[in-house]
Amino acid sequence: MPKDGSVVRLDGQGKPLWLVLELTYECPLKCPWCSNPVDYARRKGEELTTDEWKRVLREGRELGALQLGFTGGEPLLRDDIEELVADATALGYYTNLITSGVGLSEARLVKLKEAGLKQIQLSLQSSERELTDRLVGARVHDLKLDVARRIKAHGFPMVLNVPVFRHNIDQVADILELAADLGVDYLEFANLQYYNWALLNRDELMPTRSQIEAAEHAVQQMRERVGDRMTIYFVIPDYYEGRPKACMNGWGAIHLTIGPDGAAMPCQEARAIEGLDFPTVREKSLDWLWNESPTFRKFRGDEWMREPCRSCDDKETDFGGCRCQAFLLTGDAANTDPACSRSPHHHLIGDAVERAHAPGRTVVPLVMRTAGNARLQRSGEGDHA
Amino acid sequence: MNESNRLPAEDRFSLNPMYLFRWEPTQDAHVLLYPEGIVKLNRTAADIIEHCDGRSGAAIVAALQARYPGDDDTVATGVYKFLEVFRAKGWIRRQA
Repeated sequence: MPKDGSVVRLDGQGKPLWLVLELTYECPLKCPWCSNPVDYARRKGEELTTDEWKRVLREGRELGALQLGFTGGEPLLRDDIEELVADATALGYYTNLITSGVGLSEARLVKLKEAGLKQIQLSLQSSERELTDRLVGARVHDLKLDVARRIKAHGFPMVLNVPVFRHNIDQVADILELAADLGVDYLEFANLQYYNWALLNRDELMPTRSQIEAAEHAVQQMRERVGDRMTIYFVIPDYYEGRPKACMNGWGAIHLTIGPDGAAMPCQEARAIEGLDFPTVREKSLDWLWNESPTFRKFRGDEWMREPCRSCDDKETDFGGCRCQAFLLTGDAANTDPACSRSPHHHLIGDAVERAHAPGRTVVPLVMRTAGNARLQRSGEGDHA
Repeated sequence: MNESNRLPAEDRFSLNPMYLFRWEPTQDAHVLLYPEGIVKLNRTAADIIEHCDGRSGAAIVAALQARYPGDDDTVATGVYKFLEVFRAKGWIRRQA
């Protein structure tokens, strides 16, 4: 999955270089920062079949896609993942599996290796069993460490992805040590981006500035110690940067996500924008969805921009930031991302940061990602951790 | 140039095993694919990486000199410079 810190040293020339397949929204974990839609449970039973996914793979390569991410939910809940990986390998993709580790048995690891899988990106939430298990709502910490060792033993690049937020950011130094012990090749500290479930829980999850600085310091010290044996990504969250992220390298520029039901999206969060239509691969060809669909054309390039983006020198590099964040915080996806200090809505970010720092802040329980909570979202109720 | 002296000709170079190097018709170029990354290579870079298969720096230089006859010194200097850049980027590995 493309992330802050991803490297793309080529112009997409209008091609969807990065194809992400969300095979399912189902997941055994209940992470309260999940990037899946808060109403994911409504889409159960609409998942594409194996043959439909194979057609997506074929059409993606014809459009020039090179990197392929299998994600979810938990993609290992699909029993056809090995078959899809083999198909993708034969087509020439660089195949990535993004997983919680749950369901990654020894037998499946062997099959995935045989199928040509190139890398497995494993998530880990904490260096402590108790905290990991509480945060994700399942007893999986020990299993994740076991999976990490077996991924390494099978000769896959060991890519560990750690979502970072208030509850675990003070463990960054410990997590760095753990990663070094595990022989991790790429360690990605993914400061949460606040969409969907993470946005619901934003006031609880957002770390303070001093927490971020301490974590960054720990990362720097480890970089000096391990040199190029471990590549460590740590990107300052946009809430604290004053600059918006160059989200997805621009809308409809190089990224194409297909949801479990076949919906084509410019990113995994795009369904958060109300009023956009997301036709599926069941209705249209991938070529049409990428090149012709009004949704992909809507924010492609810079014609859609308003001030302050329109006359801004940075529009070529940050593309006005994130459309989803603009919609979620200002109500209009065509506005400048409020993470930008030049946005007239930047105070919304300042307010959220201020709440994170408020002395005597009232701590409320995290809203866990469960089917029950997905149904209850509108009434503001739900199961709590 | 002293830079070429920093890379002994006997050192062996190989592609980072996590990387995939191949011709990509839709880009009309060689590409490097790796976790979280895509790099499109120009012809010179691709020529050099193609030869990073465990052979020595001297052997890579010789192969490139054979492919681009003419100024052997310029080719040698260029190859060593590129090898150092690629190694620093993590694309290739060096074994003494």
